[in-house]
Amino acid sequence: MTTPDHPLKQTPLTAAHRAMGAKMVPFGEWDMPVQYRGILEEHRAVRSAAGLFDVSHMGEVEFRGSGALAAVQRLTSNDAARLRTGQVQYSALTTEAGTFVDDLTVYKVADDHYMVTLNAGNHDKDVAWIRDHGTGTAEFRDLSDETALLAIQGPRAVEILQRLTPVDLAAVPYYWFVTGQVVGKRAILSRTGYTGEDGFEVYMSPQHAATVWDALLEAGSPLGLLPCGLGARDTLRLEAKMALYGNDIDEAHTVLEADLGWIVKLEKGEFVGRAALAKQKAEGIARKLVGFEMVGRGIARSHYPILKGGERIGEVTSGAPSAWLNRNIGLGYVAIAHAAVGTEIEILIRDQPVAARIVKTPFYKRPGS
Amino acid sequence: MYPADLKYTREHEWVRVEGNQGRIGLSHHAQHALGDVVFVELPKPGRQFVVASGKMETFGVVESVKAVSDVFCPLSGEVVEVNAALETRPELVNQDCYGAGWMIVITIANPKELDALMDVKAYEAFLASEGAH
Repeated sequence: MTTPDHPLKQTPLTAAHRAMGAKMVPFGEWDMPVQYRGILEEHRAVRSAAGLFDVSHMGEVEFRGSGALAAVQRLTSNDAARLRTGQVQYSALTTEAGTFVDDLTVYKVADDHYMVTLNAGNHDKDVAWIRDHGTGTAEFRDLSDETALLAIQGPRAVEILQRLTPVDLAAVPYYWFVTGQVVGKRAILSRTGYTGEDGFEVYMSPQHAATVWDALLEAGSPLGLLPCGLGARDTLRLEAKMALYGNDIDEAHTVLEADLGWIVKLEKGEFVGRAALAKQKAEGIARKLVGFEMVGRGIARSHYPILKGGERIGEVTSGAPSAWLNRNIGLGYVAIAHAAVGTEIEILIRDQPVAARIVKTPFYKRPGS
Repeated sequence: MYPADLKYTREHEWVRVEGNQGRIGLSHHAQHALGDVVFVELPKPGRQFVVASGKMETFGVVESVKAVSDVFCPLSGEVVEVNAALETRPELVNQDCYGAGWMIVITIANPKELDALMDVKAYEAFLASEGAH
């Protein structure tokens, strides 16, 4: 992470995080909590009870007007036309080469209104990209400064949030959203997340973020909810094999190589990167993002080489101890010939090859999902 | 948080002199800054380390959930004992950094090297100057 030459951006809760003793780190341009009590403890709280995350650094933009759908369709790889009002879709903002400008969630608010959530670190790049590549007749607006975002995740998340909202949360399916009130404040309640658990992401005006944060902490603490930092968010998403931009996905790897072919809908019509992805799909990919677990003793880290019989076949993109599975796990791109589940590989850790094995992903699947 | 009978390095290792040997571990500040320690790699007994012109060699690696850090050997000598418990219980570095979380015991080949290390007052002043706690 480079050190920015200007003051770090703050979320509406930065002061609250500091007051609660969170360990703060620069995350891109943002001053963010990496942990409160400890990454492992927070990770386990999310798997066993609930965790509360401030992810207000995320970017939000919207497309409005009769050309809104056409603009989203042209810029992204998934088929937004399949969305019904109130539904959310995971997608990619693609380059001409079929690689990632960013990964996104697309919200259909109405036939002529789509909201798109962006990664914080890509916000400026994405907004410039979208403007450069044309929004057609759609009215495009950046909502990031007027939007705060909290995530409440874990098996008890819905129960906790339900105490603070009249919205019937049980009626909101996974990857759907509703607009309603949380402790009397207007919010978008989206049954999505980045942890592999059930739960909601709650979008609201920054002026209400502290009220909602405090209310969720108070309602949730007796049930085991902990405030969580970006450290646990990263290990949770890794267990669920959700890609992290800048690690697992980037402008160097295509959506197909990232094993996200399910968000590439070639049949929907023209979009940026479609030709490259169609060609790659026809010819086959040369490398693929796979999950592995360490067999030998060691923790794989981003950029460590992946070997097969001493020969380099790829590189680690994410690696960490899995706090829930008690194994050391990771993701990386490997040559397609060595990408099969069960393949014995080695991770080069401080010049020593350490045994590992390609495994089925996600590493963690929540009970009943 | 910083026992008075120990010597400290600028890299946040501590040394406890035990006769002609030195026991080495990580200070409270180091373990707190790391967060949850999940992996410790230590040398085998018999390994020699040398401090040359004040430059310490790496004797091991400590990994937290997010980061990999080297640990440095502040004394020249030979490793005579290694804390094998850290292989299965790396969290001892967090839980008891001056006790069960020790890392290695090394012979003290050159006792003068101890003079180059900080006593507790100097170490606390050093931490304060770094804005740490």
